Amino acid sequence: MSDRDRYIPHTPDEVAHMLETIGAKSIDALFEPIPDELRLDRPLDLPAALSEQELTAELTALAARNANTDSHDWFLGAGTYAHFSPSAVDALIQRGEFLTAYTPYQAEISQGTLQAVFEWQTMMASLTGTEVANASMYDGASATAEAALMAMRLTRRSRVVLSAGLHPHYAEVVKSYLGGLDAVIEVAGLGEDGRSADLAGAIDEQTACLVVQRPNFFGCVEDLAGAAEAAHASGALLVVVVTESLSLALLPPPGALGADIVCGEAQSFGVPMSFGGPHVGFLATDQKRVRQMPGRLAGETVDSHGKRGFVLTLSTREQHIRRERATSNICTNQGLCLLTATIYLSLLGRVGLRRLAELNLAKAEYAKGRIRETPGLGLRYAAPTFNEFVVTVPDSAGRALERALAEGCVGGLDLAPHAPDLGPALLVCTTELASRDAIDRLVGALGAGAP
Amino acid sequence: MRPGANVTSGLAYEEPLIFELSRPGRVGYSLPASDVPAVDPAEVLGADHVRSDDPVLPELSEVDVVRHFTRLSTWNAAVDLGLYPLGSCTMKYNPRVNEKLARLPGFAGGHPLQPAALSQGFLELMVELENQLAEVSGMDRVSLQPAAGAQGELAGIMMIRAYHEQRGEHRSVVLVPDSAHGTNPASAALNSYDVETIPSGDDGILHPDAVSRAMTPEVAGIMLTNPNTLGLFEEHVARICEIVHAKGGLVYGDGANLNALMGIARPGDLGIDVMHFNLHKTFSTPHGGGGPGSGPVGVKNLLAPFLPVPMVRRLADSEGGGFGLDYEFPHSIGRLHGNFGNVGMFVRAFAYLRSLGPNGLRRCSEMAVLNANYLLARLRDVYHVAYDRPVMHECVLSDRNLEPTGITTMDVAKRLIDYGYHPPTIYFPLIVHGAIMIEPTESESLEGLDRFVETLRAIEREAREEPQLVRDAPHRTPHSRLDETRAARHPVLRWQPD
Ligand SMILES: Cc1ncc(COP(=O)(O)O)c(C=O)c1O
Repeated sequence: MSDRDRYIPHTPDEVAHMLETIGAKSIDALFEPIPDELRLDRPLDLPAALSEQELTAELTALAARNANTDSHDWFLGAGTYAHFSPSAVDALIQRGEFLTAYTPYQAEISQGTLQAVFEWQTMMASLTGTEVANASMYDGASATAEAALMAMRLTRRSRVVLSAGLHPHYAEVVKSYLGGLDAVIEVAGLGEDGRSADLAGAIDEQTACLVVQRPNFFGCVEDLAGAAEAAHASGALLVVVVTESLSLALLPPPGALGADIVCGEAQSFGVPMSFGGPHVGFLATDQKRVRQMPGRLAGETVDSHGKRGFVLTLSTREQHIRRERATSNICTNQGLCLLTATIYLSLLGRVGLRRLAELNLAKAEYAKGRIRETPGLGLRYAAPTFNEFVVTVPDSAGRALERALAEGCVGGLDLAPHAPDLGPALLVCTTELASRDAIDRLVGALGAGAP
Repeated sequence: MRPGANVTSGLAYEEPLIFELSRPGRVGYSLPASDVPAVDPAEVLGADHVRSDDPVLPELSEVDVVRHFTRLSTWNAAVDLGLYPLGSCTMKYNPRVNEKLARLPGFAGGHPLQPAALSQGFLELMVELENQLAEVSGMDRVSLQPAAGAQGELAGIMMIRAYHEQRGEHRSVVLVPDSAHGTNPASAALNSYDVETIPSGDDGILHPDAVSRAMTPEVAGIMLTNPNTLGLFEEHVARICEIVHAKGGLVYGDGANLNALMGIARPGDLGIDVMHFNLHKTFSTPHGGGGPGSGPVGVKNLLAPFLPVPMVRRLADSEGGGFGLDYEFPHSIGRLHGNFGNVGMFVRAFAYLRSLGPNGLRRCSEMAVLNANYLLARLRDVYHVAYDRPVMHECVLSDRNLEPTGITTMDVAKRLIDYGYHPPTIYFPLIVHGAIMIEPTESESLEGLDRFVETLRAIEREAREEPQLVRDAPHRTPHSRLDETRAARHPVLRWQPD
């Protein structure tokens, strides 16, 4: 044994005793089922083991080379949002009983996880205005792809229409997931005010679903009632995608406006940005479509004494029962992240979540006001926004971002790769983390390129 | 006197749903004072665009919320509490330092779209993790993007499809052994392949002739799990790979069981073309009550052009040096994740690899295999062993010997709970009737294993002498057996106010 074996309890005496019990001469003999010629005949070529102290130093040095919300003022959103999370959230999810448990297959000793999942389902169904939310998907993008597949199964149709305001990475993931199938993907146009336009024209009798994001990738709040009308007129389903879930506290629930499936990303609810994962995808719909839903569900039941409890249910949809006829292949989901979000939502509560959303809105309106009055800067779209919006800059997006960085700000997303027609433009996000002073500095820096 | 409604006995708590605890007016948050003018949402957004109903969220103090979730946590079994021998899931110890490191602001507070120049530490970690996983597995390139094993499978199957299509071939069938995990056929089907099941031999492993028979020009590939879900090494793997390759097919390797092989044999050397890793199994990232996982997919060079993008690589000095994103994969299957994958898990897995090094990894596999064989040796005289041969990291028993008592695998599992154990995986693999699939992992000590053995032996005695005790188990949990049929027949999937 060496001090690099701290995670393994076996002493040499114990190993000898165990080998004797087994009747094996050596550890090597245990591997006899592996033909000699298939064995690795050298040590793995990996760096030598580190002590915990050395490891901490090495990873701390790597981490120090990354900009983050502690080192900079943050205006970059675009699907991943910088929000404050109360300390209790992270403390609770580090309870070993949550952290080191598996998927709750054995209900009697998984009631902690199962009840929390049930609470999450309740909160997400309510926030989205639907009846059933599942126990999470990998992320918002794969949730959107699974929603499109679900709509294709429900309608037995094969065309999927994506709004041009869908996050471009989500659109790419939908294309990958549908790539091996007989599916046709089309993209509907964006109107001058930043909202989807001509949706009815893009939908026909072969359309399984229309996918609309609210607020959309450019921050604009879409007209979901209109989208629902356009989709339903041709018998298509409306899939509404939400990447900034905090907006659900302030905007009407998509289900109430006609959405048939609501999906997206709940990272805003206390989950660290962490370079894009792990986050927490969600997918919600009404009870009548639940049999085509992907993912796990917790349901209420009673134990043999009649006491209320919770179990994983409707699993005949799932891969471990249905195999190649399952609604999805998903198995492990984002359990601890849904717990994070559930605790966060419990702390913020009915009133706090709304107040936080209003604070985000106020920050954005303040920033937009400053941009309007700054020569050389403009707001590209007229549609209402929540906490994110498109800013046109005088020279180039790259130079504007460099000026912002010199002021200590990660200033937003250069939209050139995603929407080249826009000219020099940035997607800027202001959450509760953005102070007025930082917003003023950002606006000053972005506008400083004006002639 | 009846104790307060919140308390049952000792420290075992009853705990209502969080919504039932809500008291209007309580506050569990604190918002910063606003430094910008307040706005009227109806004015900014238009009255139609403002939510008029209240979402179902509780109103509670921070104390209420902390107690609620702490109490819920006490109803869970967990690796931190004891042996969690869930077969195929590799419930090993999850080091605490990894949790701490993943929470460093430079990892947890970074954004996926921030410029590469501001993300050099993160990108370097990704490149290093890719290299180390490639070395452990014998694969050439690894994409870290898939969020769990099943998404890694999907990525692999998509690359197999793309590879054949690139060669102008349209194959429609994927072969899957009957012992495979459910995600294997589901992943193939999600990519619209027909799944053909290959029977395992009487010895629990796959035989070349069975593969030969099925291996028509229609077959795109085969999905192997090695060691398989019986814990047995697929001894004919090299020959099977040859047969599949000779007919133009490719071999997918389900890497869920890699914990048996680290430093001992490498899937890439066995003939596997593409495989996934489960960082949440082999590389110690916690399961979190159902995730998040991470399921990187590794390939041999012939499939590298098809990898999901973006990849990450070290840049040449002429490109400015450092690390950057790489989209130059001409036949890429595209993106599978909105960002880079479950990055927080990369940090933990990398920390684990750095903590163990080559010798430590090998020792993990050695002790995992030792533990499984020890359990088998000490249980085989009492419990029926499905395929009685030397195993790798897990062993599969069954309830056949209990048949005269009427006690089933389910009963044994539930009775184990009374003794403080999370049950093994049960009724999987499907080819073993009443399977009890035990994976102790290397984390378990000799005395821990001995206690578990004594418990299983005691339950076998109880099955004969006091069957009702076993049939009604668990007796010592906050809940007795839960009615799953009722849950499925009358689905109640959310709480609603009265
Ligand atoms: C053999 C095997 N393959 C694949 C998987 C799927 O992995 P994941 O749950 O990470 O999607 C599992 C996990 O349960 C497994 O045991």
